[in-house]
Amino acid sequence: MGMTMTQKILAFHAGLDKVVSGQLISAKLDIVLGNDITTPVAVNEFTKAGFDKVFDKDKIAIVLDHFVPNKDIKAAEQSKQCREFACSHCVSHFYDVGKMGIEHALLPEQGVVTAGDCIIGADSHTCTYGALGAFSTGVGSTDMAAGMATGTAWFKVPSAIKFNLSGKLNKNCSGKDVILTIIGMIGVDGALYKSMEFTGDGVSSLSMDDRLCICNMAIEAGAKNGIFPVDEKTLEYLNGRSERKPAIFSADEDAEYEKVIDIDLNKIVPTVACPHLPENTHPASELGDIKIDQVVIGSCTNGRMEDMTAAYNVLKGQKVADGIRCIIIPATMQIYKECVEKGYVTAFIDAGAVVSTPTCGPCLGGYMGILAEGERCIATTNRNFVGRMGHVKSEVYLASPLTAAASAITGYITNPKEN
Amino acid sequence: MNVKGKVFKYPDNVDTDVIIPARYLNTSNAKELALHCMEDIDTEFVKKVSVGDVMVAGWNFGCGSSREHAPLVIKTCGTGCVIAKSFARIFYRNAINIGLPILECEQAAEEINAGDEVSVDFDTGLITDITTGKTYKAQPFPEFIQNIIRKGGLLASLKGE
Repeated sequence: MGMTMTQKILAFHAGLDKVVSGQLISAKLDIVLGNDITTPVAVNEFTKAGFDKVFDKDKIAIVLDHFVPNKDIKAAEQSKQCREFACSHCVSHFYDVGKMGIEHALLPEQGVVTAGDCIIGADSHTCTYGALGAFSTGVGSTDMAAGMATGTAWFKVPSAIKFNLSGKLNKNCSGKDVILTIIGMIGVDGALYKSMEFTGDGVSSLSMDDRLCICNMAIEAGAKNGIFPVDEKTLEYLNGRSERKPAIFSADEDAEYEKVIDIDLNKIVPTVACPHLPENTHPASELGDIKIDQVVIGSCTNGRMEDMTAAYNVLKGQKVADGIRCIIIPATMQIYKECVEKGYVTAFIDAGAVVSTPTCGPCLGGYMGILAEGERCIATTNRNFVGRMGHVKSEVYLASPLTAAASAITGYITNPKEN
Repeated sequence: MNVKGKVFKYPDNVDTDVIIPARYLNTSNAKELALHCMEDIDTEFVKKVSVGDVMVAGWNFGCGSSREHAPLVIKTCGTGCVIAKSFARIFYRNAINIGLPILECEQAAEEINAGDEVSVDFDTGLITDITTGKTYKAQPFPEFIQNIIRKGGLLASLKGE
C-alpha cells in the first residue's frame, strides 16, 4: 500500500522510506512559527526549561499580528517580549509593525514557506501552507518552544480523506464557499486527526488564493492538515518567491484513504455558516432576511489580494447601507499597498467602509470591530463560536468576500450576483 | 496517580474561545487568565470549582484555536482531569505537553451526570462514578505519550534525553 502526499512529506522529514497511519515519528522542521499571543508562552517555556539557543535562526518565524499595532499596555508587553527574544536570538524572520502581515498570508507571500516543507506553527491556521504542497500544522506554545530548541517535532502519522474536485467554480463563488460547503458536509470534527487531501481535475481551476483559503479552514473540520498537489500554478507562485528550493511530493497511485468525497465545483453555491459553528452552513440564497450590523472583510482566511479585488468589484461606486459598519483589512502590508495603488482604498472609503492596516483584530474578538450584545456580523473570517467577535450574545456569520461585500450594501445577508 | 472530585458537565464542540476568550489573551499569566476559565458558557465554573474536580464533555472538546492557554487555565483552576468523547487534536497535544490529564471515554462522557462524585485512576484508566456506582475504562495513552507525561511534560522529557 502506498503513501498519501502528507505521509510522503512526513516520511522524508523523518528520514524513513515509509510511514503508515498511526505511526509515531520525529520529523525535522523547516519552519517553526509563532505570533504575539502564542510566542510569549513559548518563550517562557523555552527559558524555564533552560534552553539558551534556537536550533536555526533562519527557520524560526515570529509574526506580530493578533493585537498590533498594540491594542493596550498588556499587548504591548507581549509584543516587546517577542521582539526581545527575536533580537537576542537573531531570528531572521521576525515581522514587526511596518513589515508584518497576518501570518498565514505573510509567510507564503514572502516565500518563507514552500512546497515539500514540514512546518509547525503555534496558531491553528498554520494548516494554510498545505496550499503550496507543504505539510503544515498548528500546535501549541510548548511544541513551538520544543521546535525552536530542537528543530524537530513528534507526530502521529495521519490517515487521510481524499476530496476529488471536478469542474470549475461559478463566478459568484470562491474557495471560501468550497471549504464552507465541505465543513457543512463532514462537520467540525469530520476530519479529526486526519489529512484533507484535495485532488482531481478541478484543482487546476482554483487560484492560489482559493487554495490557501481552503487549506486555512481545514482545522475547522478538525483536520491535522489540508494539502493540495503541486501544479503549474503552484510553481508559478513559488518561482522568484521561495527562499528555499521547492520539493515536489505527490501521493502514490495506491495510497490508502479512509474516504473519498467527490466535489463538483460547478455545483458550489455562495455559502454562509450561521452561528455558532462553522458546520452550520446554508446557501446564502436560502437565508431570508437576516439583518446585520457589521461586515468584516479580511483575516488569514480571506484578506488576500483576490479577496480585496472581490470586495472592490462589489463596492466600487456603491454605498454601504445606513447603519452598517464595514471594516476591510488587507492581510499584509504588500496587499495594503496594492489596494492603495489600485485605488481600492479610495473606493472603499467612498463606499463608506473603513480600511485598517493588517491585524487579526476582530476575527478573534481582540479589537478593531468588537460586537455589542445582540449585534450581528457577516465576516470572511473562520470561526463563529459563541463570543468569538465580542459579546456572548453577538452573532457571526461566515461567508466569502463577495457575499460579505454584497451584504454590506443591502444591510442583510445577501446572495452575491454573478458579475 | 488519582484524582477525585465533582463533575462539571459540558456539551459537544466546546471550543477554546469559550474555554478562554481571546479578549483576555493580552497576558500569558496563567493565574490571571484562569479567572476567566469557561466564562462564556458557564459563569459559575470559576466560582464553584475545587481542586481535583473533573470536567466531562462530549465530542471534539477544545476545538478551534491552538492557544495553549486553554488547557493551562483548566489546569490552573485546579481541574484534575477532563473526560470527553473525543478531543480536538491541538488541544489533546497541548494538554499532554503541559501535563493536564485527559481521557477519552465515550460511555463515561455520556452517562456521568453533572455534580456526580467521580474518581479517576490514571495508571489503569479506570473511571468510577461514586454517585451512581458505575465504572468505566478509558483507553490508556500510547507508551510514547506516557513517557512525556512521566517526565513532566514535553520540554522536561526533551531535557532528559
